Amino acid sequence: MRSVVLTKGVPDFSEGAVSFDEDGHLERGKTPTVMNPNDKFAVQAALQTKVRHGGHVSGMSMGPPGYADVLKEAMESVYTDDSYLLSDRELAASDTWATAITLSAGLETYQEELGDIDLVFAGFKSADGETGQTGPQTAWAMDWPIVTHVIALDIDPDDRRLRAKRLVEGDVDEIETVEAPLPCMVVTDPEFEPTYRKASHRLTHKRLRAETEERAADHDEHLTTWSQEDLNLDPDYIGLDGSPTIVSSVDPIPKAPSEREATMIDPDDGDAMEPVLEELQPFAGSD
Amino acid sequence: MSGEPADREHYEAVVVGCGPGGAAAAARLAEHGVETLVLERGVEAGSKNVSGGLVYAEESAPYTLDDLFEGFREEAAERPVTDYQIHNIAGNKVKSYDLTDLHEHDTDWCDAVLRRKMDAWLEQRVHEKTSETGGGVLTNVRVNGLLREDGEIVGVTCDELDPIEADLIVAADGVNSELARDAGLMDWEEPDEWFQGVKAVVDMDPDVVNDRFDLDEDEGAAHLFSGDLFSDVRGGGFLYTNEDSLSIGTVFHLDSLVAEQAEPHELLDALLTHPVMAHWLGDEYDEREYGAKLVPDSKKVAHREPYRDRLVLVGDAAGQMQAQGPIIKGMNHAVTGGALAADAFAITRGNADPEAAGRRYAKLLEESGTMDKLRPRRYDLSRAVGERDVVTNAVERVLDSRVGSLALGNPVADRVLKRAYNSPFLVSMLPDTRTGYVTVPAIVGEEHGRTIHWENDVEPPSLEARIGGLTYDTDVGNPHIELLDDSAAASEAAVYACPVSADDFGGGCYRTEQVQTNGDEETVVSLDTQPCVECGTCAIVADTAWEHPRGGKGVEYREG
Repeated sequence: MRSVVLTKGVPDFSEGAVSFDEDGHLERGKTPTVMNPNDKFAVQAALQTKVRHGGHVSGMSMGPPGYADVLKEAMESVYTDDSYLLSDRELAASDTWATAITLSAGLETYQEELGDIDLVFAGFKSADGETGQTGPQTAWAMDWPIVTHVIALDIDPDDRRLRAKRLVEGDVDEIETVEAPLPCMVVTDPEFEPTYRKASHRLTHKRLRAETEERAADHDEHLTTWSQEDLNLDPDYIGLDGSPTIVSSVDPIPKAPSEREATMIDPDDGDAMEPVLEELQPFAGSD
Repeated sequence: MSGEPADREHYEAVVVGCGPGGAAAAARLAEHGVETLVLERGVEAGSKNVSGGLVYAEESAPYTLDDLFEGFREEAAERPVTDYQIHNIAGNKVKSYDLTDLHEHDTDWCDAVLRRKMDAWLEQRVHEKTSETGGGVLTNVRVNGLLREDGEIVGVTCDELDPIEADLIVAADGVNSELARDAGLMDWEEPDEWFQGVKAVVDMDPDVVNDRFDLDEDEGAAHLFSGDLFSDVRGGGFLYTNEDSLSIGTVFHLDSLVAEQAEPHELLDALLTHPVMAHWLGDEYDEREYGAKLVPDSKKVAHREPYRDRLVLVGDAAGQMQAQGPIIKGMNHAVTGGALAADAFAITRGNADPEAAGRRYAKLLEESGTMDKLRPRRYDLSRAVGERDVVTNAVERVLDSRVGSLALGNPVADRVLKRAYNSPFLVSMLPDTRTGYVTVPAIVGEEHGRTIHWENDVEPPSLEARIGGLTYDTDVGNPHIELLDDSAAASEAAVYACPVSADDFGGGCYRTEQVQTNGDEETVVSLDTQPCVECGTCAIVADTAWEHPRGGKGVEYREG
């Protein structure tokens, strides 16, 4: 099995890490970049596939050179074998469409150089953009089937099919079981949970963890960076020029009123309490 | 589907529990080239373990920890015991005897240990060894029972994994072994078959330890305490020095705790606050951890045939814990048991009879002399009269009388007593009555002792603070103990005997409540398993359905 996990760096929105300016705008420079939290579930799904069926797992991301750290994080947590970073000034300011075009070019290049991919894993929407579009658009660009909202996954490598449980939200949550042929794109739901019910799987998991700790220590050795030229991409279809999305304006979220006007009343002061009791009178129950 | 017989996993050997017994079994199995899977329910080996803290290597034993695990003493143990004493206490009077002769009898070495550090170290070594023969150690996996086919034991079932088949199953799952009970080889019936120990690990700078106990860096002290400081409860106390801490604890016969309605944590406090401890503990008392465990009385429960089908029992699970007066040895016997079980399997490998390994294991336990240490036949003879109440009472009356005090109090008796304490032969015959634990030591203290005037300023933490200091990963909504009978008659003893419960304390596991029914007032017992330290006391003294928590859940000891 050969899998690729798509991941993205996002601002670390956790308390204490994130920084906003006076107008409520995110201060990118002061906020560290981390792996998109939803990608962790994609990473777990890829790891489960590797533990159960063996093979090769690669991490892939599009972004500035600093995103290498995110791929390193993927290596540490998903035990990826190697990392591919699609990075070029020409790619800056890509919207989801241009990103999907770029990622699909990355996957095509990967297949040409390393071999056919069986599965691509992606997380359910990013913590910054929250569009949930990039995964499906990339699958469309690859002309692959896609299974979204996956909470459990079984692969049959001999039949080259997967069976997935999907969490379908409606009036009530429903779980739908679907099958799909490989190669396929799998988008995990935040409810995804890997299961390891075999001792041999847990032993493999433990072995991979030990091996990966060593590998992640010199991540640069396992990182390949591809530029626009390497990917053979038409500049009109990537970056700002290739992005049809127009962001007309961004409004800061108004601050919550931290203090309301308040009058202090001493509860023992009968006269002062009178108007309060009058105000409350309509809400009082009768015995 | 997974879990069905057709695609079940199979290992040559499955070892349940990665304490010293399981570790020794697994290491030896790997040395024999056996594919061995070790399943440990803690987040790490040692996180579920408490022991008083001395591990012995006997000269006569076929296996010792440092034989099996190179570097054990240097890397996993605390201080070696170079000074060994027993203190007989009567009020503020203390008479101390040097027990070094007894301690050194058949002893190659003896080190104090803290179980989290020790067992975690063993786990690493065991994983390395078993990985080489196709297995390994898995933590956070609780084995919950035996897998049977046509009534025969063929493997194990787990909370976290599908059933696993094995040619050999080693139950090294401790004093509350669910496998031994599933196989019908052990029960939880009689309180007089068990001891209960509680322990405090007390923080102390290494230089202070050296100074207060008059030790060099590579020396250590062991002190035992008996006499009237625990009222009439049968048992005693201990203090062992670690690298940068002390292990201080008390061990009592469970039936005696129940009969006296004693609170284990208060008995520990009685030791901690006794004047004899004052100059060792100083005025800054910092308790790192409070822990508790049940201890099987091997004289009564060490199993002579610890096997059934492909299952063998090792260590506490087989009752292999020797507690005879001042001799307290458990881990070394577990190591011997584990290694012998592995050898028995290797010798009988390929034998079609599923009980071949078990029978050979029992034979090896006998032939190596292990069984006679655990369950001396002369004890079986002496207990027949020694523990019978009428005899005990008669002896007690004599000893309590002026004649008795005189007899024990004369200078000759002093010398004789020291020899008696140091005789392994006599000690193994000690009847488990208050005579041995309370009366004689108290008279000795009274008649021979010197009065101690030291002020002890130690204020031990409350039970609430002790529970608050422990780490738990509570399995919310899935309690591992069910109280089957909440009547006071059936289960009230747990309120006292449980080491994390107390009368008039609402924050423990067990408590009593008054309930009004039709004008009558009735006392009922209620249970909250959150503070549970998984010692198993309530399984014996109350009417419960008792299981261990799921893998990784429940209490996590940092010291042990």
